[in-house]
Amino acid sequence: MDIGTKVIDIIAEQAILDPGDVTLESTLESLGIDSMGLVESIFAIEEAFDIRIPFNANEPSDSDFNISSVASIISGIEKLVAEKT
Amino acid sequence: MNRVAITGAGTINSLGHSVKETFINMAEGLCGIGPLHFRDVDRLDIKIGGQVKNFDPTTVFNRQQLSLYDRVTQFTLIAAKEAVKQSGIIFSGELAAKSGVVLGTAGGGVSTWDDNYRAVYEEGKNRVHPFVVPKLMNNAAASHVSMEYNLKGPSFTVSTACASSNHAIAQAFQMVRSGLSDVMVTGGSESMLCFGGVKAWEGLRVMSKDACRPFSANRNGMVQGEGAAIFVLENFDKAKKRGAEILAEVIGYAMSSDASDIVMPSKQGAARAIKGALHDAQLSPEQVKYINAHGTGTAANDKTECAAVADVFGRHADNLMLSSTKSMHGHLIGGTGAVELLACIMAVKDGIIAPTIGYEEADPECALDVVPNQAREVEVDVALSNAFAFGGLNAVLAVRSV
Repeated sequence: MDIGTKVIDIIAEQAILDPGDVTLESTLESLGIDSMGLVESIFAIEEAFDIRIPFNANEPSDSDFNISSVASIISGIEKLVAEKT
Repeated sequence: MNRVAITGAGTINSLGHSVKETFINMAEGLCGIGPLHFRDVDRLDIKIGGQVKNFDPTTVFNRQQLSLYDRVTQFTLIAAKEAVKQSGIIFSGELAAKSGVVLGTAGGGVSTWDDNYRAVYEEGKNRVHPFVVPKLMNNAAASHVSMEYNLKGPSFTVSTACASSNHAIAQAFQMVRSGLSDVMVTGGSESMLCFGGVKAWEGLRVMSKDACRPFSANRNGMVQGEGAAIFVLENFDKAKKRGAEILAEVIGYAMSSDASDIVMPSKQGAARAIKGALHDAQLSPEQVKYINAHGTGTAANDKTECAAVADVFGRHADNLMLSSTKSMHGHLIGGTGAVELLACIMAVKDGIIAPTIGYEEADPECALDVVPNQAREVEVDVALSNAFAFGGLNAVLAVRSV
């Protein structure tokens, strides 16, 4: 399973949606994921890929990790996974 | 000063998943204590406890709720649902703004601590679930009850070890009696039956390996239990006016501190709490027919408690009944006073005195009527519930039939 598909699965599970309903353009807000759901998603992604995501819930916009859309989240994770190897 | 009614009660404990089931099993003298079932139990010296049986949280709560509800919160919400439903109260407007929830627990989310310490220490993981803190905090259960029922008034959690529930109920009682709130949700809960929770208690060497036999000469210690009991306390006149069923009236309480030892109980401290409750409820000693004992099944507690009761009640001590239901449901630590208040309600409402089971041999130092092994049918007007905690913090409640 590629990174994008796996991330979408995790986000869909968090949003209690079918993965088919999560598009690359979706924002977490549009999927109904609140701040608690966000930290839970980040935890699940870290567990799944064994990475550390530089995200601070106090200042989401100042984090190095862009969460503005599903696409930006996936590309951020791809970068972190690449740095790991 | 307002009179205070109990208009709702709910519970889940090793004797049952409801008040009705618990009453039936208390009256039957059933033992809820048995072999413990959880991870690494084979590494424990103590392998028995009053565990809640036939309980699958996934049939009650959804995944999102379970990520936030430690077992102690799960128990609390189940008991609160039964209690609030029975009261028939829907909290809205001014009533919601003034109503709150005061609960007792000694350990809070113990299994959440245990599971996550395991993950980072034993399994070497460097990351824990983001909700560990909101799941384990001691006030989590109280907060979830406030959210579930829209309780927007004073809410907090009291932690005074084995007296937590009695201290909590006393606080809620005081709020309704003084008029600060017309309705308060109160009680307590505990869930320490996990590897770390039992291992810690083992260290004190006060635990029995086979049974909890309070007041019996061959007793050999306490047995832990788990669960919750929740009550709705309400302004008596207003409860009556709306036609609510009143289970019992709370008529007084007292708290005292031994100020002497961190674990050994004091006869004087216990006696002062019992006497204080009589005074607060304006009772003469002769009016008390039943006392739900703290009765842990340890030598230290049982002898001290009997001596304190004899001191306060004098010759009447021989005429009253003093039973310890811990012999059936185990010691729920911070939740114990709440489950034991149920036995007092059963006494004053139904005239059934729950027994001290496992009683095998008379102890001259506990020469009171401990209602051995079999429940008794006696009309009771006034009952007391004792709780004497580690740290020397005592709280006694008084209830009356309606």
